[in-house]
Amino acid sequence: MNYEMPDFLLAAPEIFLLAAASLILVADLFIPEARRGVTYVFTQAALIATAVIILAAGGEDVAYTFNGMFVGDPMSDVLKIAVCLCVAVMLAYSRPYARVRGIYRGEFFVLSLFSTLGMMVMISANHFLVLYLGLELMSLSLYAMVALPRDSGVSTEAAMKYFVLGALASGMLLYGMSMIYGATGSLEVTEIAERIADGEAIDAILVFGLVFVVAGIGFKLGAVPFHMWVPDVYQGAPTAVTLLIGTAPKLAAFAFVMRLLVEALGAQQLVAQWQQMLVLLALASLALGNITAIAQANLKRMLAYSTISHMGFLLLGILSGSGEGYGAAMFYAIVYAIMGLGSFGMILLLSREGFEAENLDDFKGLNRRNPWYAFMMLLLMFSMAGIPPTVGFWAKLFVLQAALAAGYVWLVVAAVVFSLVGAFYYLRVVKLMYFDAPADTHAIEPQADVRALLSINGLAVIVLGIAPGALLAVCQHAIQLSL
Amino acid sequence: MPGLAPLSTVIWLPIVAGILVLFTGSDRNAATARWIALAGAVAGFLVALPLYAGFDASAHGMQFIELTPWIESYRINYYLGIDGISLLLILMNSFTTVLVVIAGWRVIETRVAQYMAALLILSGMMNGVFCAQDAALFYVFFEATLIPMFIVIGVWGGPNRVYAALKFFLYTLLGSLLTLVALIYLYVASGGSFALAEYYALPLPVGVQVLLFIAFFAAFAVKVPMFPVHTWLPDAHVEAPTGGSVVLAAVMLKLGAYGFIRLSLPILPDASRYLAPVVIALSLIAVVYIGLVALVQADMKKLIAYSSISHMGFVTLGIFIFNATGMEGAVVQMVSHGFVSGALFLCVGVLYDRMHSRLIADYGGVVNRMPVFAAFFMLFAMANSGLPGTSGFVGEFLVVLGTMKVNFWYAAIAATTLLFGAAYTLWMYKRVVFGAVASGQVEALEDIGAREALVLALAGAAVLGMGLYPQAFTSMLHNSVADVLALALKSKI
Repeated sequence: MNYEMPDFLLAAPEIFLLAAASLILVADLFIPEARRGVTYVFTQAALIATAVIILAAGGEDVAYTFNGMFVGDPMSDVLKIAVCLCVAVMLAYSRPYARVRGIYRGEFFVLSLFSTLGMMVMISANHFLVLYLGLELMSLSLYAMVALPRDSGVSTEAAMKYFVLGALASGMLLYGMSMIYGATGSLEVTEIAERIADGEAIDAILVFGLVFVVAGIGFKLGAVPFHMWVPDVYQGAPTAVTLLIGTAPKLAAFAFVMRLLVEALGAQQLVAQWQQMLVLLALASLALGNITAIAQANLKRMLAYSTISHMGFLLLGILSGSGEGYGAAMFYAIVYAIMGLGSFGMILLLSREGFEAENLDDFKGLNRRNPWYAFMMLLLMFSMAGIPPTVGFWAKLFVLQAALAAGYVWLVVAAVVFSLVGAFYYLRVVKLMYFDAPADTHAIEPQADVRALLSINGLAVIVLGIAPGALLAVCQHAIQLSL
Repeated sequence: MPGLAPLSTVIWLPIVAGILVLFTGSDRNAATARWIALAGAVAGFLVALPLYAGFDASAHGMQFIELTPWIESYRINYYLGIDGISLLLILMNSFTTVLVVIAGWRVIETRVAQYMAALLILSGMMNGVFCAQDAALFYVFFEATLIPMFIVIGVWGGPNRVYAALKFFLYTLLGSLLTLVALIYLYVASGGSFALAEYYALPLPVGVQVLLFIAFFAAFAVKVPMFPVHTWLPDAHVEAPTGGSVVLAAVMLKLGAYGFIRLSLPILPDASRYLAPVVIALSLIAVVYIGLVALVQADMKKLIAYSSISHMGFVTLGIFIFNATGMEGAVVQMVSHGFVSGALFLCVGVLYDRMHSRLIADYGGVVNRMPVFAAFFMLFAMANSGLPGTSGFVGEFLVVLGTMKVNFWYAAIAATTLLFGAAYTLWMYKRVVFGAVASGQVEALEDIGAREALVLALAGAAVLGMGLYPQAFTSMLHNSVADVLALALKSKI
């Protein structure tokens, strides 16, 4: 038997993170409640170190290991670094919040790390089973995290919904993958693409499988009509966990779409098929997400619907079917993660013991309570609405450009009309903060690290808006080298 | 600094000053905020002056060009340049900024730093619109102006300010989003460029041109605003604080007309000529119908708002009449309207600060208590009616003259504005200023102080200067207008 030693170095970040997570899991048992800060520091160190390893090991070429099951390419490096940083920032934002709510425990940190690991595996998967493995590792950790406040009925309900619908989606995805396996005889992304290109695959079965795969993708992104879980989970989960669900997994989901649709099923005849499906998903997400968000009084729920509409925009970039479009979509995903971090971070900032600042009215008069954070939220909201000079504008411009270049003129017009609808509810947040008198006069005194990070986060939106070139170039370059 | 990068200075100096003002923070440092803001505004105007001095009126094309790659993978450039049209608008904008900063000196008492900062940043951004030679850059500035204005109306506005601010934002955003689609289309059609100069040379079939024209029209017509998409303006004006109204009327409306001149006409000449009758018809409706609407207003600010729409109808008429006289008239009218309507809003602001009413019915006999103010108000009312010797006359006269060359009846209808304009302005003036002292409140009025007198005197100097020596302005325009018209009269099919 011919056994080839796999190149472990390519998977070094994942291996390191796994070891670190396991170590923290054990170490936390011996750390008393009062010194939980140690676990926190270790967790942050593990995430930062992982990011550094990725940065150090990253190259310009595409390499495979573990018999072609695992791939390392520039796209995966960029996305993994973004995921690690996202989770690190999320942990920093949620520390005070978690502490007063009794979820500041070892599980919180370890589950965050395992979900990060799941995302990284997803991003680097070159095989349907590995993809699935990563997806489940991420999802199971997140399900558990939603249910962390054991005594909260809302959280438990959200966790159940998330779990049941997530399992359903995983089932669909697996079914689709099995169809593709039936049609091509392989589960390896590269091999599937080759077999389809050689004309060995049976088209009818392939398209049948594709439908299920797209449905699974739709669920993971939270695109209409597979979005039902999003508002409930966003609202029901503790805000710290919502922050996690709303940001980093979107980056992993982007990689997931790229591996499945572009790399495995990127043959010309199939692209035409999934483009049509994505057009419907994108249009429905933009319409429903933006219109329903208007009716929300709960900020978390509003942001959930806003996520749905943002995923519609992300899909616009992917369905253009061009390298430029994928780069634009990747840029969008990263920008979205930054905006999501900031806006959920603001909710965390305003929350305190026994008070969840999750209603829109809780932001009333923020400008009088604290002009600086009101300004940060203003930037984030205008960025979400896509108003220049914030980075949200460029993200939208680039995906719209890609979609228009692919000939979807009417779709682009529809997208801008819905983004006008979207502007209304983002403006409402600004209106509450700036035009209304405060209902709550509690002083806002965040810790120094949160203060610094949130300020950087808010300013990033405008700095990247004035100079989006570098990040965009990174995305375009990564996609170019990886495809 | 000028000489190195004069246009960047003109754009960024007010913005940086605005950010500095923002850092003074709470109202405890209000005085510091005011002084920094004034310094920033005056400096902003002073750095704009060398542009006038250094501008070569005998040359064609753009001047003071700055070109730096910005987002290279999309070939978006930081590309600035001005012609005579931009030059006058930049000067007017920078001048107006000084006025509104002084006008808001005592009137704005809460969150002073934020107010001053918003006005300064807005001023820089509008200079950016007038300088941009790259469509993406143009759009960024054009759209970004919405944010500070939204805040200004919403925070320091009147009782119904939230409605007015949202209406203002969403109305104008709808138009500009369609423009964005049109710009992306042009980017794709031109093979990946956002440079306006490349769009000027890009051949486009007439069907496409018409669609793009409608998309541009959606943004610019709302901004101007033209009948029938003008309804946001009276709301915004009535609710906005005085400074906001002045900037809105004086400069922001000009962004729309400027967009027609810089984008619609040269990029889509065939569609512009094809659809010109429609635009002219809408302009004439604005001139006559909105003029009549202004006549029946009971609220002074609303009256001036409607008068603005009517006067802007002149601007669009002059632009779409396709001759040099008309277009020069339109540009002069843009600048003049900036000074006149700005000054009228300042006058209403002076009265409002004292009486907290904008209703004409509450006033009467103001001249008995405020003679100096009444004299200034008289000057601006006359200018608004188009009296020869004031700036209001020059623009209107040129537009009517240009229109007359094309069509007698258009000109005849347009000329009715001299009648209606005088009617609604002077009738308002009569009811507010003359007559017997209307109430105890009017009896208690105090005449304007040095600060208010300074603001009105500056505006008055501009109005008279432009009316008595229009050459200083029109001489800058000849070649620029000729350039635009040359592009607008060439077929691209």
